[in-house]
Amino acid sequence: MSTTIAPSIETIESTVLDNGLRVFVKPDSRAPIAVSQIWYRVGSSYEQRGVTGISHLLEHMMFKGTPRYPEGVFSEIVSRQGSRENAFTGRDFTAYFEILAADRLPVAFELEADRMANLDIRDKALQTERQVVLEERRLRTDDRPEGRFLERYGAVAEAGTAYAHPVIGWADDINAIDEHDLKHWYWQWYTPANANLVVTGAVDPSEVFELAEAHFGILQGPQAVQPCDPRALTPPGERRLVYRDAQSQLTHLRIGYRVPSFATAETEEDAYALMMLAVILDGGEGGRLTDALVRGSGQATIVSSAYNGMTRLDAEFTCHAVCPNNQTETLEQSLKSQIARLSGEPISESELRRARSQLIADHFLNADDIFNQAMQIGQLEAIGAGWETFSKLEHKVQSISQAQLQAVAGRYLKAENSVVGILSPFESEAKCE
Amino acid sequence: MELSIQHWCTDNGARVFFVARHGLPIVDLRIAFNAGSARDSTMPGLARMTSNLLLEGTADRTASEISQALEQHGARAQIRCGRDTADINVRCLSNRVHLEPVMRTVGDCVGCAHFPSDSVDRIRQRMIAGLSQEAAAPMEKSEKGFTAAIFADHPYATSPGGEFDSLKAIDPQRLRSFHGRYFAATNATVTLVGDLSREQAERIAEQIVVRLPVGERAPALPPVRPLSARPVLRLPFEAEQTHVSIGGVSLSYGHADHPALHLGCHILGGGGLTSILARRMRRERGLSYSSACKLTAGAAGGRFQMKTHVRNEALSEALSVVRASLCELLEQGPDTDALELARENLLGSLPLQLASNQDLLEQVAIIGFYNLPEDYVHRFSQQVRTLGGEDVRAALRRHLDPDLMATVLVGPQPVISLVG
Repeated sequence: MSTTIAPSIETIESTVLDNGLRVFVKPDSRAPIAVSQIWYRVGSSYEQRGVTGISHLLEHMMFKGTPRYPEGVFSEIVSRQGSRENAFTGRDFTAYFEILAADRLPVAFELEADRMANLDIRDKALQTERQVVLEERRLRTDDRPEGRFLERYGAVAEAGTAYAHPVIGWADDINAIDEHDLKHWYWQWYTPANANLVVTGAVDPSEVFELAEAHFGILQGPQAVQPCDPRALTPPGERRLVYRDAQSQLTHLRIGYRVPSFATAETEEDAYALMMLAVILDGGEGGRLTDALVRGSGQATIVSSAYNGMTRLDAEFTCHAVCPNNQTETLEQSLKSQIARLSGEPISESELRRARSQLIADHFLNADDIFNQAMQIGQLEAIGAGWETFSKLEHKVQSISQAQLQAVAGRYLKAENSVVGILSPFESEAKCE
Repeated sequence: MELSIQHWCTDNGARVFFVARHGLPIVDLRIAFNAGSARDSTMPGLARMTSNLLLEGTADRTASEISQALEQHGARAQIRCGRDTADINVRCLSNRVHLEPVMRTVGDCVGCAHFPSDSVDRIRQRMIAGLSQEAAAPMEKSEKGFTAAIFADHPYATSPGGEFDSLKAIDPQRLRSFHGRYFAATNATVTLVGDLSREQAERIAEQIVVRLPVGERAPALPPVRPLSARPVLRLPFEAEQTHVSIGGVSLSYGHADHPALHLGCHILGGGGLTSILARRMRRERGLSYSSACKLTAGAAGGRFQMKTHVRNEALSEALSVVRASLCELLEQGPDTDALELARENLLGSLPLQLASNQDLLEQVAIIGFYNLPEDYVHRFSQQVRTLGGEDVRAALRRHLDPDLMATVLVGPQPVISLVG
């Protein structure tokens, strides 16, 4: 795959309103619909113990109404437009979206602009919504062995950084956050200068800019502040978590390495190289891990590898395996030797070709959904890497050499950057206690 | 809302549905065989294991070589096997340098699957691991219990994922004979969406099915029968929440009452935060994170299911709210506001269901497999447009009887044994 496979799909236009709100538009007219996403640069990594989960709780409160559109009215208006709406909170952002017929965009802007400035945070609604959030926490974390494991794993893997606490927050903090905390959080972060508006779909950029000016241009708010990040412990050193869970039926092994993200990499080549390394290990059934550990030695039932470089702080490069027989020691050694191979020997031409094809094809397949297109812009902007990052994807992926891959693997995928997590069922004796 | 679906048959009798959509250099393909778990007979898991093995080896290629052959070209292949169909989904670039070798490989695999014994054992292990994982997941337990309870002795009752014992008993011989019977051209529906001309689509479709025998279509399944009692299934699971499912069987695709029933269920618990259940359970009482009502159609009949999860101490309150909401709707019908809200939402959201090539593929594949008219989406929306509150109420009453519905509770023993 040496020639460019398709014309560039990165035709994005952007502008900044006087109040600091930044607007990004990517037209795609295959269907008469549009996606509107408003991204606030605030998420769980902006929080401290005591108020963990506040960004997510505030996300819930954003559906509780304003003086002009009281509780329920917002959702009803959106629903009448045939629109799908929701929101999500991550470590580095809180975002709200509507997916709707392209000509209904003004409705989404009107409602989002109103709740950006006029949210009504009342104690009674908070008490009910807190219960909803605790139910969500039980569903995702408290009542699932893997949920319990991943929360503990995160605390160990991210020790010393703001990524150590869960996005949904620790239960005692969710219980303790009050109306005033939320009002302050809202006032501080939900300001035009701290927000990005992303629109994709069957729209004309200049019309979207005008519409954004009309609805959001009049809003005022404080200047955006920079989050204060504790200095990461570098290098954190090799860590290990063995977590036994009475309900778990399977043994899971997870090895993670702290690596740079698209935002923190000294040169972006490092981040692209990490993406390629993850695809060489996994990226489908033809990757090294499945070949060696599932089809080959049968040491694992399921394996995967991933690099999520879309983070504001450092990212993680992970390998995950489900172990059929609790023999985690041999499996851990095998996984580690696969990691060592990445830097120890050259990667074959055919593996390189496969990794390049996969990454480039995935890029286009991902663009099929205009929601994904907006997500990509929103995330790159929220972490501080800039939307332009992925416009170079094809070129970067083609140009990274075997030597660069080996060097990056050697530099980052090493013991002192690693954490090993094991989730295992209680042994049978322990069950009898 | 018109879809310009083109339809034809391949030389060996496979039905093909195609929608050209340009703009992105990609192609989505689905081959749906009428070979879902409803065909498992006495061997739960047989259909899914067969389909999971399709890309695991042919006479001349190993599993590893097959995945290399696809991934060298950036293709993504995914197999899904539910109650009605076994689907092979392939997403890839439309550039012929990539497209043609990918389609050749897929055609080889589908027609000449080989079922090597090491692959059989590996897939078996993976499915057994899946079952173990489900045992620790309350939502999956609830789902499995619910379908078993409502479908009773119908072939839909067993889980497509199989059971520990049956999975252990399936051997390559059984897999080969299942494959021989159901993976035939006349039992297949091919759907293509993407950056292709009609001519290219015809060529690809032929390539995909060329190695399949003509075969014969699978016989129709017996229709599902409504429950004749009100079973309560209690599945103990140590957790802070109890998962609740209440419902019964409902209509198959194409039934005249389907739009009215769909509208009624949407009012009760469909989409977003505005439905009766979302409002009463979440917004007003803070009882649950999600409460929904889902209507699913299938070839032999569908299912109606109200679902929620609540903290253990609030279980009886939640059960009363859910049950009372359904009864109220059946007795009084929807009020005008609720009806209009649901109607506008359903009609307005139609373009969303067809937005990406993948969404479009989903819709076209359903139309193709279930023999629905090509203007199905349009007809459905016309009906939704004209239905009145009384039509909805009458349809709900014709097909849903709260006294003949199953309740499934997954939660701690002391909690679930107290309610019913």
